[in-house]
Amino acid sequence: MNQLQAYWPLYPEILLVVAAMVLLMLGAFRPEREAEAEAIGWLAIGTLGLAAWFVLQQPAGVQQLFDGAFVVDGFARFMKVLTLVASAAALLLSFDYMRQVRALKFEYPVLVLLATAGMLMMISANDLISLYVGLELQSLALYVMAAIRRDDLRSSEAGLKYFVLGALSSGMLLYGASLIYGFTGSTSFATIASAAAQPGAGQNIGLIIGLVFLLVGLAFKVSAVPFHMWTPDVYEGAPTPVTAFFAAAPKVAAMALLMRVTLAGFAGAKPQWQQVITALAIASMLLGAFAAIGQSNIKRLLAYSAIGNIGYALIGLAAGSPEGARGVIIYLVIYVVMTLGAFACVLAMRRSQGMVEEIDELSGLAQNNLAMATLLAILLFSLAGLPPLAGFFAKFYVFLAAVKEGMWALAVIGVLASVVGAYYYVRIVKIMFFDEPRERFAAIQPKAGLVMGVTSIYILLYVVWPAPLVDAAGAAVKSLF
Amino acid sequence: MNSFGVLSLVTFFPLAGALAIAAQNREAKRNARWIALYTTLFTFGVSLFIWGNFDKAATGFQFVEEMEWLGGSIKYKMGVDGISVLFVVLTAFLMPLCIIASWEAIEERVKEYLIAFLVLETLMIGVFCALDLVLFYLFFEGGLIPMFLIIGVWGGERRVYASFKFFLYTLLGSVLMLLALMAMYWHAGTTDIPTLLSHRFPADMQWWLWLAFFASFAVKLPMWPVHTWLPDAHVEAPTAGSVILAGILLKMGGYGFLRFSLPMFPLASQEFAPLVFALSVVAIIYTSLVALAQEDVKKLIAYSSVAHMGFVTMGIFSFTVQGVDGAIFQMLSHGLVSAALFLCVGVVYDRMHTRRIDAYGGLVNRMPLYAFCFMLFTLANVGLPGTSGFVGEFLTLVGAFKASTWLAFLATFGVILSAAYALYLYRRMMFGPIEKPGLRTISDLGYREIVVFAPLVLLVVLFGFYPSPLLDVTAVSVKKLVSNYEAAIRAAAAMR
Repeated sequence: MNQLQAYWPLYPEILLVVAAMVLLMLGAFRPEREAEAEAIGWLAIGTLGLAAWFVLQQPAGVQQLFDGAFVVDGFARFMKVLTLVASAAALLLSFDYMRQVRALKFEYPVLVLLATAGMLMMISANDLISLYVGLELQSLALYVMAAIRRDDLRSSEAGLKYFVLGALSSGMLLYGASLIYGFTGSTSFATIASAAAQPGAGQNIGLIIGLVFLLVGLAFKVSAVPFHMWTPDVYEGAPTPVTAFFAAAPKVAAMALLMRVTLAGFAGAKPQWQQVITALAIASMLLGAFAAIGQSNIKRLLAYSAIGNIGYALIGLAAGSPEGARGVIIYLVIYVVMTLGAFACVLAMRRSQGMVEEIDELSGLAQNNLAMATLLAILLFSLAGLPPLAGFFAKFYVFLAAVKEGMWALAVIGVLASVVGAYYYVRIVKIMFFDEPRERFAAIQPKAGLVMGVTSIYILLYVVWPAPLVDAAGAAVKSLF
Repeated sequence: MNSFGVLSLVTFFPLAGALAIAAQNREAKRNARWIALYTTLFTFGVSLFIWGNFDKAATGFQFVEEMEWLGGSIKYKMGVDGISVLFVVLTAFLMPLCIIASWEAIEERVKEYLIAFLVLETLMIGVFCALDLVLFYLFFEGGLIPMFLIIGVWGGERRVYASFKFFLYTLLGSVLMLLALMAMYWHAGTTDIPTLLSHRFPADMQWWLWLAFFASFAVKLPMWPVHTWLPDAHVEAPTAGSVILAGILLKMGGYGFLRFSLPMFPLASQEFAPLVFALSVVAIIYTSLVALAQEDVKKLIAYSSVAHMGFVTMGIFSFTVQGVDGAIFQMLSHGLVSAALFLCVGVVYDRMHTRRIDAYGGLVNRMPLYAFCFMLFTLANVGLPGTSGFVGEFLTLVGAFKASTWLAFLATFGVILSAAYALYLYRRMMFGPIEKPGLRTISDLGYREIVVFAPLVLLVVLFGFYPSPLLDVTAVSVKKLVSNYEAAIRAAAAMR
C-alpha cells in the first residue's frame, strides 16, 4: 500500500500507458470495424480526461520520484492538464475525418495515448535520462501518426521526413546531453544547475556547447527557426486531425521541457542561453511572418503561423523572468485554443468530392456560411493579436516581460513582425468576407462544430474574465524559480 | 460624483443592440434597422444624460467606475472629464444619423452591416471613457476590426486595397504605443490614467514614450506624411463609414495627444512641438493644395480633413488655453461638418452612383434644399464666422499666434486655400446649367434625408453663434491641463 502511495505522482502516466496497452489488445482481438475503432477512440478520450482528473487531484507542492529524475510541481501540473486537454480535443476532431478517408483505425487513439504519456514524462523530466526517454516515446508515436494513412503518398512522405529530421535532432540532443554529463558529472538537473551556477561556468566551453546542442534538439521539437524545416511539409502531408494534434499538445510539452531545462537546470548560465533563445525567437517571428504570406495551402499557412507563434512564446522565455515564464504559459494556453479552433475550421472545409485545403476555397464563405466565417474570423483576428480577442493578451504578457527586462530589440522586432503576420491572417478574412462566394461546403460535422464554437467563444469572451488564467499561470511558474 | 455605471451603459448598450440584431432572422432587414436605430437613439439619450449631469466646475474625472480586471494593477476603470465627455456625446449623436443614412443605401448583408456599426460604436465610446491604458488600447485597437470589415465588405471598387491600407497603417502605428504603455507600466507600477497624469517620467524616457505615442496618434489623426491611408479609406468606405471615419476615428488621435502626450510627457512635448508645428503647417497648406486638384468629391473632403486636423495639432501643441480649447472645439465642429459633408456626398451618390465632380453641375436647379445644406456645410468647412468651423479655427490660430507668429501666419493661408477648394467644388457641382442628362430628373432631399440634415444644420449654426455650451464644459479641464503642463516645465527648468 505504501508502495502504491509512493507512486501517486506517477499515476497519470501509468494510467495512460496501461490504458494504451489495454486498448491495443482490445483492438487487436476484436473484429476490425470502424465502430469498434471509434469506441476505442472514445475510451482513449475518457482515459485522457481521467488522467487530467488525476493530475488535478495531486496535492500542491513539489513531489519527486526516482532520486529526483521525475518531478511533479505546480508548473508540471498546469502543463499536463493543458497537454491532456489538447490531446483529447485533437482526438475528438479525428473521428469524422478518419472515417471519411477510410483510415478510422484503432491504432490511432493508442498512439495518441502513448505520445501523450511521453509528453507528460517530458513535462515532469528533471534529469537528462528521463528527458530523453519522454521525448523519444513521444516522438516515435508522432512519426507513426504522421504516416498513419499508409496508402497515401503525402502522409507517408510526411512521416518519413519527420522521422529522418527528428532522428537527427534527437542525435544532437543526445550529443549535448553527453557533453553536459561529461562536464558536470551528473544527469540530474539539480546537479547541473549547481554546476552551471558556479563562477566561471559561463566560460566552461564544454558545458556551454552541450547546452547549445540540447537547445538545438529542443528547438527542433518546438519548430523554432532555423530548425523548422520539417514543419510545413509535415503539417501539409499529415492527415489534418494529426496536424491539429502536432500543432497543439507536443508544442506544449516541448516548450515545458525547454522552460525547465533553461530556467531550472541552467539558471546559472542564463546570459548564455538567453542569447540563443533570443535569436531563435527573432528568427521564428520573422520567418513565420514573411514566409506565410506566399502560402496558398491553409495547412502550410498554419504551419508557418505555428512557427511564428512559437517565436512569440520564446520571447517570454528569453526574458528569463517569472513574468516571462508566466507569459509563455498564458501564450501556450491561448495558442492551443486558437490552433485547435483553426484546425476544426480546416476540417470543415469539405465538399462532396472530398477535403479542400486551398485558402481560395474559402472565398465568399461569409455569404454561404456566415457562422463558420465569423468563428474563423474571430480566430484569425485573434491569431493576428488584435484586441479585444484573447490572442492580444497572449502577446501582451510576453511583450510585457520583454519590456520589463529592457529587451527592446526583441520587443520592437516582435511587434513589427506581428503587423506583418496580421496581414496574412487578415487576408484570409478578406477572402472569406470580401470575395465572391464559391460552391458551398458540406454541412459541418457536430464534433468539429463543437470545437470551433467552444474555442472561438473562449477567444471572444476571454477579455471579460482574464484574471483566472493569469493568476493560475503566475502560480504555476513559482516552482521554476 | 457617484454613478450607477452610466458610462458602462453608454459604452456597452450598442453591443447589446448588436446581439439583439444577431438574433434576428436573416431576412428581417426592417427589424434589424429599427433595432439599430432605437439602440443608437437610446445610447444618445444616455450620453445626453451624462452631459446634463456633468459637473462643469469639477477638475477631476467624473462618473468613475472601477473593477478588478487583468489582475495586478490593471483595472477596468472608466470615467470622463471635460476633454472626453463631449466626444462621447458626439459619437452617440452621429451614430443614429449613420443608421438612418444607410437605411436604403445598404441593401446587401444589412444585419452584418448594422452589427459592425454597433460594435464599432461600443469601441469608440470606450476609447473616450477608458481610464486605464490597457483598456484604452483595447478599445482603440479593437475598432480596427469592424472598420476594416465595413470598408472591405460594403466599400467601393478599390475597397480591398483601401481596407488593407487602413488596417496595416493603423496597426503599425499603434503597436509601438503598446510597447510604450508597457514601459510606463513597469516604471509607474500602474496603468491607471489619473495616476499616470501626475507621474513624472524621466526626461529621456519621455522622449521615447512620446515618439511611440506619436506614431500611433499621428497615423490615426492623420498628420502629414502618414495621412495617405485616409483618402483611400474615405473614398472607398460606404457613406456612413466615411462619416464615422471623419467624425470620430480621426478625433481619437487628437484626443490621444490631449490625454497622454501633453500631460504625461510635457518635456518631450515641448521639445517636439516645433516638429509638430512644421508637420501641421505642411498638412494645412500642402493638403489644401492637393484638395484643390481633386476630381473626386470624397477625396477632396478627405484631404480637407487632413488640413483641418493640422489646425488641431497646431492648437494642442501651442500649449495655451485658447489653442487647446480651439483644438477640442475644432475637432467637435469638424466631427459635425465633415460628417455632414460626407452625408451630402452620399445623397447624390445614392442617386447617381458616381463621386466624380465633373459628373455633376447645376444641381441647384433641381435640388434647392440640398444646395442650401451643402452651402452651409461648405461655409462651415471654410470657417466662415457664424458657423461652428470659425470658432475652432479662430481659437487655434490665436493659440498658435502666442506660440509663434510665423506659425499663425503660415496657417492662415490654409483658411484662404480652404475657401478656394471648397467654393470651387461648390461652383462645379451646384451652379451652372444642368448639362448631364441623368441630372435632369434628380430629386431633392427626401424626408429621411431631411431628418438627417436638420439637426446638423441646427447645431452647426448654433455652435457658430453660441459656442459656450461646449467651451464651458471643456474650460476647467483645459485650464488644468495647461497649468499642469506649465508647472512641469517650470519644475524641469528649476532642476537644471
